[in-house]
Amino acid sequence: MTWHDGWWAYAFIAIAGWLATDIWRWLGVIAGNRLRDDSEALNWVRAVATALVAAVIAKLILYPTGVLEQSPLWLRLGAVAIGAAAFFLLGRKPAIGIATTIATLAAGLWWLGF
Amino acid sequence: MKSDENDQSSVVWFLTGMRGLFSLPAFILMLSFVGFCSLTAQAGIPPQQVVFMTGMVWALPAKVILVSSMMSGASLAAAFLAVSLSSVRLMPMVAALIPELRTSRTPTWLLLFLSHFVAITAWVFAMEKVQAVPRDKRVAFFAGFGITLVVANMVLVAIVYHFVANFPPIVAGCLFFLTPIYFLASIWHSARHPVVYIALLFGLLAGPLFYWLAPEFDILLAGVGGGTLAWAVERLRRRRREIGA
Repeated sequence: MTWHDGWWAYAFIAIAGWLATDIWRWLGVIAGNRLRDDSEALNWVRAVATALVAAVIAKLILYPTGVLEQSPLWLRLGAVAIGAAAFFLLGRKPAIGIATTIATLAAGLWWLGF
Repeated sequence: MKSDENDQSSVVWFLTGMRGLFSLPAFILMLSFVGFCSLTAQAGIPPQQVVFMTGMVWALPAKVILVSSMMSGASLAAAFLAVSLSSVRLMPMVAALIPELRTSRTPTWLLLFLSHFVAITAWVFAMEKVQAVPRDKRVAFFAGFGITLVVANMVLVAIVYHFVANFPPIVAGCLFFLTPIYFLASIWHSARHPVVYIALLFGLLAGPLFYWLAPEFDILLAGVGGGTLAWAVERLRRRRREIGA
């Protein structure tokens, strides 16, 4: 049986997708229920959660899939650096940082003939 | 009478949460889902299964890993393991959010149900906005936002699936890049604890480092290692300042 056989595909998604993610969410509820919102333990959990998300971010930028896989690393890092400069210089508004990064990336991709 | 008024204002906060659909984070997430649609369409996964996956799994990185497991013909056990490892991060994320949402009277079953709607976008949005919501209305607010966001993206996926096959490469590339950039900008913007800035920087550096050292467990190791180090550094700084003051 392979994944595209009707009901088996849905069972596959339910077990390998839904169960594999919701288990961690439920454990998070149980752990979070025991944390006081001013405790040192929560501070640590907050740091670990943020670092995990940051690692996902770094991976998406350094090792993208699809079209960007063929784009040069300097373009992606350059776009992030210019976006970060705009973010910090122009009032720390997320929309400004995001728009500047994407515009730089789009211009670079166009210039490279994508 | 009093409890009636209270119920009414919970509905108002639920609706306020729903309005979060028309916000920058929700907009960027929907663009990311358009990108995900083009990935699944290229992989040949039927639209009904993509909609089902969107509602059941919800977290986008977990879905990308699930799709790549399905494409490579991985066994159920191997796919389960890969998706589980990528989703361990949901546990500390939910654990950090729960103390912000609940009151002493919030039933655990409700939190278990609502935890399904936590993924990076909803987490970042909730951690930022919930401060302005009265504590006993935060669960209603988060439910309004989280449930609406999932349902809206299921509808979006069902509609957009048929149109994404032939996006120009520049558009596809920019759609992909929106997700990490949005996460970066909004975490920095919404940080209310000094430890978050340090953890963000350490995580960004630890991610590639552990990808190089131990690619199978990189995210997990970068999170626990980088996060713990960030926590220790921030705690040391706090101690120093207390002694200096």
